[in-house]
Amino acid sequence: MFAAAGDSMLSHGMKQTGNISLHHLQGVILAVLNPWVAVGIVLLLAFFASYMNALSWADLTYVLPATSLGYVLLALVAKFALHEQVSPLRWVGIALISGGVGFVAGGPALTSHEHQHSEFPPFAKDAKDGAPTEEAVSSGVPR
Amino acid sequence: MKAAYTWSAILVIVFASVVGDILLARAMKQVGDVHEVWRRSGLWSVVVRVVGNGNFFLGVMAMAVAFFSLLFALSWGDVSLVAPAAASLTFIGNAFAAKIFLHEKVDRRRWIAALLVAGGVALLAG
Repeated sequence: MFAAAGDSMLSHGMKQTGNISLHHLQGVILAVLNPWVAVGIVLLLAFFASYMNALSWADLTYVLPATSLGYVLLALVAKFALHEQVSPLRWVGIALISGGVGFVAGGPALTSHEHQHSEFPPFAKDAKDGAPTEEAVSSGVPR
Repeated sequence: MKAAYTWSAILVIVFASVVGDILLARAMKQVGDVHEVWRRSGLWSVVVRVVGNGNFFLGVMAMAVAFFSLLFALSWGDVSLVAPAAASLTFIGNAFAAKIFLHEKVDRRRWIAALLVAGGVALLAG
C-alpha cells in the first residue's frame, strides 16, 4: 500500500512540477509558446486526473500535503536543472514541507469512510444503476 | 486601499479553493476507488461517473472562481504576497473544512502536517 501511495504521489508531484515550470518557460521562451502550452495543458490534465484518483481512495488532508511535494521538486529542479540560486530561507521551506508530508504519510490514508453511508445520501441512487456501491468499493480500500 | 483589495481577493481565492477541494474530494468519495470501478466496469464508466457527479461539476466551478480571483488579486498585489498567502491559507482552511464537512479525523499529526506545509509553502513561494 505504501509503495502504491509513494508511487502515485511521486508521479503526482512530477506532473505538477512539470506544469508549474512550464508556466515559467511560457513567459521566457515566446518562440516555442504553442508546443509548450499544449504540453502544459496535457500535464495539467494528467495532474488533475491523478489528483482525482488519489482523492478517490485517500483523505483530502492526506492528499493535499502530498501534492505540496510538487513545490519541493520544483525548487530542486530550479536548483539542479536551471541552476537557480535557492536561498537558505527556501531550504527551510523545503524542510518544513518534507517534514509535514513525512508526518502525514506515517498515518492512515483514509479516516472518514465510516461516516459516509449516512453522510452522503446521494449514494443510494448509484446502487440502482448496478454500479459498485460505496460499501463494496471502500471495503477494498487500503488503510 | 490597494492592500484591502488584495487581501479581500486573497480571501476569495482561499474560500473558493477550499470549497472546490471539499466538493472534489466529496465527489471522488462518492465515485469510489477509481481502480476498483475501472476494474469492474471499465474506464468509460469511471469517466461517466466522475463527470456526471454534481459535486464534481460544482467543485470545478469553484476552482474556476478561485483561478479568476487569483488573476484579480495579481493585478492588485505582488505575486510574492498573493501566491504564498493564498496557498498557505488554503492548506489551513482545507484542514478545518475537511474536518467539518468531510468528517475526516484530523488528528494532531495532520494538524502539524498542515501547519508545517503551510509554513513551508509560504517560505518557498515568498
